[in-house]
Amino acid sequence: MSAQTLLIELSYFSASILFVLGLKGLSHPDTARRGMFMAEFGMLLAVIGTLLHRDIVSYEWIIVGLLAGSTIGIAMGLWVPMTAMPQRTALSHAFGGLAAALVGVSEFLRHGENLGTFKVTALGFEVLLGGITFTGSLVAFAKLQELVKGQPITYKGQNVLNFLLFGSAVVIFIALVLNPGHTALFYAMCALALLFGVLLVLPIGAADMPVVIALLNSYAGLASAATGFALGNNVLIIAGTLDGGSGFILSILMCKAMNRSITNVLFGAFGSATATAEAGEEGVMREVSLEDVATQLAYARQVVFVPGYGMATAQAQNAVRELANLLEHRGVQVKYAIHPVAGRMPGHMNVLLAEANVPYSQLYELEQINPEMPTTDVAVVIGANDVVNPEARDNPKSAIAGMPIIEVDKAKSVIVLKRGRGKGFSGLENPLFFKPVTGLLFGDAKTSLNRLASAVGEL
Amino acid sequence: MNEVLIAGLYVFVLAAFLGYQVISRVPPLLHTPLMSATNAISGISLIGSIVTAGAKYNLTSTILGVVAVTAATINVVGGFIITDRMLKMFKREAKPAAEKK
Repeated sequence: MSAQTLLIELSYFSASILFVLGLKGLSHPDTARRGMFMAEFGMLLAVIGTLLHRDIVSYEWIIVGLLAGSTIGIAMGLWVPMTAMPQRTALSHAFGGLAAALVGVSEFLRHGENLGTFKVTALGFEVLLGGITFTGSLVAFAKLQELVKGQPITYKGQNVLNFLLFGSAVVIFIALVLNPGHTALFYAMCALALLFGVLLVLPIGAADMPVVIALLNSYAGLASAATGFALGNNVLIIAGTLDGGSGFILSILMCKAMNRSITNVLFGAFGSATATAEAGEEGVMREVSLEDVATQLAYARQVVFVPGYGMATAQAQNAVRELANLLEHRGVQVKYAIHPVAGRMPGHMNVLLAEANVPYSQLYELEQINPEMPTTDVAVVIGANDVVNPEARDNPKSAIAGMPIIEVDKAKSVIVLKRGRGKGFSGLENPLFFKPVTGLLFGDAKTSLNRLASAVGEL
Repeated sequence: MNEVLIAGLYVFVLAAFLGYQVISRVPPLLHTPLMSATNAISGISLIGSIVTAGAKYNLTSTILGVVAVTAATINVVGGFIITDRMLKMFKREAKPAAEKK
């Protein structure tokens, strides 16, 4: 082993260890930043090590790529607002998939028919996963950025078409493994992967995005791992597997939080079918006045805020925090109940509230807060719908039956901040709105919260 | 079956088990930072693209390599910056000085 190779391998070995230690740091907010510094250092080592690679004959294009990527990366890193985090994440999965797929294509071009069975298999996985991730994430990005409508886009025979597409991609993949030199097959597979990515995500609704984002995260990681197999590089396999595993675990958690299977999320096109079929439930919504709500809040012992995607769209996180501050000054115990699928990506609400300076000791998970609901005086639902829908618990025939919910209806009083009388994203009626315990405060969440804060201040 | 494949599979399976252990301990509180952190880390495919971009195998390879380097660098640099930006915001107790009136 030459000194050069030794240095490179050493840098990759250290990077692998630092990546694992870095992720281990994320098990607690106190150690998380230090962990990330370790991972960053590992990345730096790996990049420097790679620059010593004997195949590299000129650096100019590498520098161009590094500079362009860093400029865009820094700009995005510094200026993307926290509310746009789901979009940014989807976009970065697209870049990850693209990078893996392009390296795969280039390797194929270079070695052509000299590729062994093993290498062509690895390249096939790399290009398939990379391609699906690339276009799938772009569609997810477009939906989250509202460039296309967030509702599921469905048509007749959709699942059949998707299965046919996926089936042909697999058949071509097998044919390619048997004839590694067949360029046309390779490009056909690339094209199918790209097309399949689009068609896979199109029918999935915006409310199911947490699962899709986690799944695309997993694919992007596995594409990197496949690159590792193709290039015979262990640090790529390790980092890719960690990313793939993390995405996979998150998608399972998200599915559990909705009591649905991954297949159901991917092929069920939730909401579109049920929305029109169900007749609206009979009932009266009780509208409450601002002053009434302010009084209830000000004289409560415990108030629990339940945020949902509506809080993010209304940019209401700071308004919540200001109201909470006033309440705390009056001696009210304030807590926040976070459902795992509230928002558009795993952990979305936590980040928004942290940005508004809410200490994480006040953020409670579903299992922690539900036992406290009966002793909670006021539960305030801000732009959340399905995650507080009692149908999930009470009606076994409901489309969301069995989904764990935050049981706000057990609180002594429930205030729902709502823009209008319409249904939520899933299109389901929510009987919570018609319960005697529930009062509705209509209007933009941010405006309502600001006005509540001034009303509480005057009491 | 060749040796590279077998060694690679060992690494893959062990990394998967290790990853499962490490990542299951990340609290839901930090799931968004986790996602952007793993995203930055899997930008390690950068090292594959650097070789492709710098090796002058042929023109197409170089072009594909440069685009790949750019895409991967965006993820690495952007991902780590955003992760840190998010992690900085998580505080156990509110700092009175930072509170807005």
